[in-house]
Amino acid sequence: MIKAILVFNNHGKPRLSKFYQYFDENLQQQIIKETFQLVSKRDDNVCNFLEGGSLIGGADYKLIYRHYATLYFVFCVDSSESELGILDLIQVFVETLDKCFENVCELDLIFHADAVHHILSELVMGGMVLQTNMNDIMARIEEQNKLIKQEAGISAAPARAVSVVKSMNIPQQIKDIKLPDLPQAIKDLKF
Amino acid sequence: MALKKVKGNFERMFDKNLTDLVRGIRNNKDNEAKYISQCIEEIKQELRQDNVSVKCNAVAKLTYIQMLGYDISWAGFNIIEVMSSSRFTCKRIGYLAASQCFHPDSELLMLTTNMIRKDLNSQNQYDAGVALSGLSCFISPDLSRDLANDIMTLMSSTKPYLRMKAVLMMYKVFLRYPEALRPAFPKLKEKLEDPDPGVQSAAVNVICELARKNPKNYLPLAPVFFKLMTTSTNNWMLIKIIKLFGALTPLEPRLGKKLIEPLTNLIHSTSAMSLLYECINTVIAVLISISSGMPNHSASIQLCVQKLRILIEDSDQNLKYLGLLAMSKILKTHPKSVQTHKDLILACLDDKDESIRLRALDLLYGMVSKKNLMEIVKRLLGHMERAEGSAYRDELLFKVIEICAQSSYLYVTNFEWYMTVLVELIQLEAGSKHGCLIAEQLLDVAIRVPVVRQFAVIEMTNLLDTFAVSTQSNSMYEVLYAAAWIVGEFSSELADAEKTLNILMRPRQLPGHIQGVYVQNVIKLFARLATTCLEQQNMSGIVCLCDHVLEKLHHFNGSNDIEVQERANSACMLIEMLRKQLTASDETATTGAIPTLAIEIVQEMALLFAGELIPVAPKAQRKVPLPNGLDLDEWINEPPPEDASSSSSDHDKDELFVSSTHDGNDAAGGVHAGAKRRKSLELTPEQMERQRVARLIEQSNNPHYLKSTPISSSIAIGISSNNSNADQYDNIDDIPITEIPLDIEGVVALRVGITKRSDKYLQTLQATTSLSSKDAKRKHKKGKKSKKSKNKVAYNSSSESEAEPKPLHLVNTTLDMPEGVTLSDSEDKDGKYDPNDPHRALDIELDISMFETPAKVSKGSVSISPNKENLKAPTQAGTSSSKGTDAVAGKKEKKSKEKRRADRKTSKEQAVPNLIDTEGSPYRASTDNGGSSNNNNIILSDTAHSQHKKKKREKSEKAAHKSSKQLIDDAPKTTTTTCTNIIDVGDNASAEPEAEPAIIKAHRKKHKKEKSQHKEKRMHKTAASDYEQPQGVSTPSKEIF
Repeated sequence: MIKAILVFNNHGKPRLSKFYQYFDENLQQQIIKETFQLVSKRDDNVCNFLEGGSLIGGADYKLIYRHYATLYFVFCVDSSESELGILDLIQVFVETLDKCFENVCELDLIFHADAVHHILSELVMGGMVLQTNMNDIMARIEEQNKLIKQEAGISAAPARAVSVVKSMNIPQQIKDIKLPDLPQAIKDLKF
Repeated sequence: MALKKVKGNFERMFDKNLTDLVRGIRNNKDNEAKYISQCIEEIKQELRQDNVSVKCNAVAKLTYIQMLGYDISWAGFNIIEVMSSSRFTCKRIGYLAASQCFHPDSELLMLTTNMIRKDLNSQNQYDAGVALSGLSCFISPDLSRDLANDIMTLMSSTKPYLRMKAVLMMYKVFLRYPEALRPAFPKLKEKLEDPDPGVQSAAVNVICELARKNPKNYLPLAPVFFKLMTTSTNNWMLIKIIKLFGALTPLEPRLGKKLIEPLTNLIHSTSAMSLLYECINTVIAVLISISSGMPNHSASIQLCVQKLRILIEDSDQNLKYLGLLAMSKILKTHPKSVQTHKDLILACLDDKDESIRLRALDLLYGMVSKKNLMEIVKRLLGHMERAEGSAYRDELLFKVIEICAQSSYLYVTNFEWYMTVLVELIQLEAGSKHGCLIAEQLLDVAIRVPVVRQFAVIEMTNLLDTFAVSTQSNSMYEVLYAAAWIVGEFSSELADAEKTLNILMRPRQLPGHIQGVYVQNVIKLFARLATTCLEQQNMSGIVCLCDHVLEKLHHFNGSNDIEVQERANSACMLIEMLRKQLTASDETATTGAIPTLAIEIVQEMALLFAGELIPVAPKAQRKVPLPNGLDLDEWINEPPPEDASSSSSDHDKDELFVSSTHDGNDAAGGVHAGAKRRKSLELTPEQMERQRVARLIEQSNNPHYLKSTPISSSIAIGISSNNSNADQYDNIDDIPITEIPLDIEGVVALRVGITKRSDKYLQTLQATTSLSSKDAKRKHKKGKKSKKSKNKVAYNSSSESEAEPKPLHLVNTTLDMPEGVTLSDSEDKDGKYDPNDPHRALDIELDISMFETPAKVSKGSVSISPNKENLKAPTQAGTSSSKGTDAVAGKKEKKSKEKRRADRKTSKEQAVPNLIDTEGSPYRASTDNGGSSNNNNIILSDTAHSQHKKKKREKSEKAAHKSSKQLIDDAPKTTTTTCTNIIDVGDNASAEPEAEPAIIKAHRKKHKKEKSQHKEKRMHKTAASDYEQPQGVSTPSKEIF
């Protein structure tokens, strides 16, 4: 069984937290903090398994993690899971994210935390591994996305327009407008 | 209406969506908390609106905020609203929020039962999928009970996606509602042979989880899994199956023998490391379970070890880690085969990765021998100096002691060396929690190895002298307990007992139990010194000793700790008594002869501490049989009559405490029964003055004090002139000087840098071994070289051909045990299980043998039929659609629980004579949510009926199809009408006053409508129950979809 799946960045900011056993919000944050401290002090060339974590786990539990660029993907699992299997699963998860977001980066996870959850729910359900075949997973996700698009239809068009306008970032655009270099233009003026 | 919708959409455009929220939080890094609380206020506004899309947006934002550590359970009701939306977009957001913030104890969950049921039975497979995913995170016992049948129906859905999810979901149901396991199991087993590999894998996954905790119930499934293992190519599933076999083999050795061959084939053929590793693990488990009688036994263990070696040698740290982990399992049963790879494991000790070092440490236990112990320990000590994390240091410390102490110090040849190592551990480790462990070791070694005692007392005196008790919260000061005891108990070995005595009596800030030991051992030392004085007929020496000890012991008299106080007072009384005898006859004092009474007292005191201590087995006391006729609960003396109780008991208590010193003396001394009780603890002015002077002397001698004037020394001189012999004790030796190891060896140590005291034993050992061997010089060089290069050759340098070093010291391994008792008697194995573990409830014997050939039997047979009957039950009770009934149905179900329980009882009684249906009946009774009418119907089905089943089947299939439609129509009416009363109650007691009324209104409208149909419904009901029997026999669950 998987007890928790955590994704946080190099500074310990949570990007995704999924607990398959109930902890209250305070404890969840403490667990994330503790896990980050355990994981972040390890070099990149050491092994990806970690015993310990006093808040989550106990003797039977292991932390299995992978570090990609700015993100840590940590799975807390018990002894019924194969260690190398979970490492593969993390790889599948990240590759799926990469396919869904096209070159996934931390920003994608920040702004689409909900989408990440939905993707994860196609891999793991209630702490048990649901599907490990990436093609199947992608097919499921695409079908659901299609469903969402159908539902949105025309009614969502105005909302989409507004969000595009919102994301235009006008001050930056104004800054970016290129004006001819005035002093030079004045110099170039010939009397 | 349309206008309103457009307006709603228009308004919504200006709400913050999730992206805006995230962006806002990122832009307000400085006052994030303030910004978020502001956002939460906005969200609360949005949640009050009618538009579901707005609510949906708000809930999506809440989910994000929850991740940042904010409690969002206050919005639980709104989340449920969003979950119940008919749009998949909203539903998905709602279920996600629910899975993040609901938990099995959430009270709101009882509102969701019917809504979730509706989603599970939805035409859209993703509605059901999302519901299952969400449910898996928060399912409660009530939900499990009520939805078990719906989920079981989904297990035979036409869509593999749903089958897969439903199978996994069943595991969660079992955990919360163990009664569901027995009836659901045949179906679960069927799924092992599902055409879809995903479903198959899910079924394997669930059974593996179940079998992990209660393996014996799943042994009969072994043939099915065996077949799967040999045919499947899905590595993920193979891993699970192989892990499962690892859990099963200890119970059935025959299975293990069968497994060896296919597993070794897999090991040879597979390219997947994960699979290879699990195969090795299971082979190890098999080999452990098989004690003997395997022809190719050693071949397979050899194969495992070889493969593991490849893993450990791999550059991938993960494989290295796992290799070591598996090695440690082999080590327990086949230490020989691991020891051949000693070099490899010892090399891992120097790995840069802490996890790997820890695993290698675990293996060290089996790697040490008499030859290499010193070398290994030296290396570990070196690691300890360098290691930064205190947890790792502690682990190292523990391992050092473990490998040295294993099997009664089997590998320790030189105990002086071991003592030195222990002392070094104490000095190395400032913040360890293993103080007690070291203390135990010190005591154990000193007691069991008589030869080392002389050395031990010297070391311990030094330790007592120099050990600085830090204010840090650690347990290292515990070693002082051991040190004090050793110097006291083996005081005869002390060369300079007076020095030690002074060190012990130095006032220090120590925990009570250690001070108590100090006082006790001061008496031991005193007794020994007094005896020597006696032998030398040194009258003045004894007097002086008494005065000195008395003076110092007064420090302890005023201790806060009751134990220390008592011991110190007893000691003082004892010594004062001796002192009185000494001065009683002045004439004898002048002649120099010691009074006979004093001699007697000293001899008696010495007798107290005479006699050798033998180690006692920890369980020895428990093994002593209770003598016949001993009743510990019986009064020894009848208690005094009740009437005098209160006053007398108080008095007794007082007596107990005040007289404790007196009693203590009585018991300890045994000589002076009539000794006077000390009147109070207050010191006389004379004593106070003496203490003050003593303190000044102490300060003047203490190098850590700044000496203002030389006056203090003059006081000291004054004192010494007063007390002619006092300088004997306040002499220069007493002045604590921090030792600077500048002796020749110490200088060498400084130059080399890393050489420690304990290393000299290693060097001498190496020197002797190299001398003894023929080509001494060459070997010596080799050793030196290897040391410099710091590689594993260092361990190989002492090759196998060399003779084992002879132990210098012998360990006393005799333990004091009552007759006829052996040490190996095992402990009681209770308290091993966690009472809260849900798996205990799942320890249900499944009659798997009944379904051994599932494909043939299952179709329409007796054993499967109960499930199908039950599939009907929930459709009858559920599938109501309105929101309001959700809330009500939950309450109704609670009320009907009792009723059902009663039903269950009666039905069980009735089911007993039903021989054929024994599997089915308990389940049928327990999960039947339907009315009592059909309950009776099912139970009436008897042997004769089951024989008719086949004939009836074709007919009934059609009938069932019809009736199921009727049932679905009926369902909402049944629920709503039966709970009329509860609606009113719900109105008053509703927790959400704002949201509830609208729903209840709607509900009442509906209710009125339905009242008119009441009569019709009754007719329907009877019709339905007529159809109930045949349905139960044969309706294939597919038809529901």
